[in-house]
Amino acid sequence: MTRIAGREKVMSFLNYLISGLSLGSVYAIIALGYTMVYGIAKMLNFAHGDVIMVGGFAVYMSMNALGLNPILAVIVSIIVCTVLGIVIEKVAYKPLRKATPLAVLITAIGVSYFLQNLALLIFGSDAKLFTSVVNIKAISLANGQITITGETIVTIVVCIIIMVVLSLFIKKTKAGQAMLAVSEDKEAAELMGINVNKTISLTFAIGSGLAGIAGALLCSAYPTLTPYTGSMPGIKAFVAAVFGGIGSIPGALIGGLLLGVIENLSKAYISSQMADAIVFSVLIIVLLVKPTGLLGKKISEKV
Amino acid sequence: MAMLEVKDLEVTYGVIKAIKGVSFEVNEGEVISLIGANGAGKTTILHAVSGLLGKAGGTVTYEGQDITAYPAHKIVELGMAHVPEGRRVFAQLSVLENLKLGAYTRKDKKELEDTLQTVYKRFPRLEERKNQMAGTLSGGEQQMLAMGRALMSHPKLILMDEPSMGLSPILVEEIFSIIRDISASGTTVLLVEQNAKKALAIADRAYVLETGNIILSGSAEELINDESVKKAYLGE
Ligand SMILES: Nc1ncnc2c1ncn2[C@@H]1O[C@H](COP(=O)(O)OP(=O)(O)O)[C@@H](O)[C@H]1O
Ligand SMILES: [Mg+2]
Repeated sequence: MTRIAGREKVMSFLNYLISGLSLGSVYAIIALGYTMVYGIAKMLNFAHGDVIMVGGFAVYMSMNALGLNPILAVIVSIIVCTVLGIVIEKVAYKPLRKATPLAVLITAIGVSYFLQNLALLIFGSDAKLFTSVVNIKAISLANGQITITGETIVTIVVCIIIMVVLSLFIKKTKAGQAMLAVSEDKEAAELMGINVNKTISLTFAIGSGLAGIAGALLCSAYPTLTPYTGSMPGIKAFVAAVFGGIGSIPGALIGGLLLGVIENLSKAYISSQMADAIVFSVLIIVLLVKPTGLLGKKISEKV
Repeated sequence: MAMLEVKDLEVTYGVIKAIKGVSFEVNEGEVISLIGANGAGKTTILHAVSGLLGKAGGTVTYEGQDITAYPAHKIVELGMAHVPEGRRVFAQLSVLENLKLGAYTRKDKKELEDTLQTVYKRFPRLEERKNQMAGTLSGGEQQMLAMGRALMSHPKLILMDEPSMGLSPILVEEIFSIIRDISASGTTVLLVEQNAKKALAIADRAYVLETGNIILSGSAEELINDESVKKAYLGE
């Protein structure tokens, strides 16, 4: 009897762990956008979470109004978010390149509200029922005691692919090396012949494109869509980025995964109301012990 | 026509005018030194020439082209490289990655490989350490990397800002002998130095800068023998 109960406990723990990894994968993909933009433009783009919401609506409209298949809908979402990211950077942030960080931060919050209200105006405040973009069947393991949904599989796989491709891009391509150069020293990068403005724009494009993917995956796993859908995951992913070490790409992955797992296990074993509080407490503790986050480098401000 | 012609250049930081109408020229093949005390405005002039800083007045002409309003990354493409004060190597990247970034504007892979070999020949230590992070190099090695990185763009004109700063006397000798080599291989050099003795010894002509104005110019020989230069800059 106790042995069977113990086995059940292990199985349910594994279930929570796997779905936590899936949620964490989404956080990781979103956190990449925060961390890359911070690394290169040295700013926190608080509108990033709302780009995810726009991605969600792009998928929703593509599938429901245009009747596109899920793959095409995700591609539309990537394109819409990429363009949106470039436009936001050009219109809202580029004019502030020499402004104080506070002015930029306030602008970012303004952009966030703008996007939410624009969505409210167009789509209304009622929650839309989102059709999943994933149509892979769930697998069940250990005589059905462990179930892994199609969404979970796809999310984790997509996250791994993104990490690998992005790492190769940065390590192996000229544009990727230019991004690293800009993140270290903008003036020196200009002296290499690198167009810093274009590189920043590219970073926003990539981060926002990834938000388009994240929007599709997030809404597939949690299928209600409102103008505020991106806001909480956005904040959590920001926490994940800080947790892992803002500016670090592997940090975004580890931070995202850990956050997803901690959140899910807290919900399961402690209290679902307390889960968010626990997540933020963990962040505070990590930052007290290691202010640069788990994989963060020392922040050495150059003059 | 001069290769680089700076006319009535003015540069301001906010309300402070750091450069107050400076004119000078660099002819092809020359080594020109710009000397002056700390804070005279040497770095500011180089930053304005290479496009890192905007100009409040005056013009910069390079090979007959008005480049006054060009951004820095475009000026690099025209064949002007700038070795900045304090080296500014990319500390988190390897020596080789730094060098490759120096060739960012160049397309031809084969030519690039040749230039890399030339740079390695000139700085054998860079080849030995090509996979090492630039931040872990010594000061002298970082200076060599900064120079090698600039040479990777195959420049016609190279600007150098205090390349000998903070280096031991032996390394200072080495750096100046490399500058001589670079000049001998056909690259025009505009050198900024506080080490006036060395800078005049290597130069064809020189300009003396004092709080944003050029107060003296002439052949290096004339300036070495000038009483006021001797007193203020050569410590004699
Ligand atoms: N970023 C800056 N902001 C304000 N003032 C500056 C800045 N950089 C340099 N200055 C001022 O401009 C003047 C010239 O500085 P600089 O060009 O660095 O001199 P040098 O290279 O000859 O030592 C100095 O008075 C310096 O204090
Ligand atoms: Mg200086």
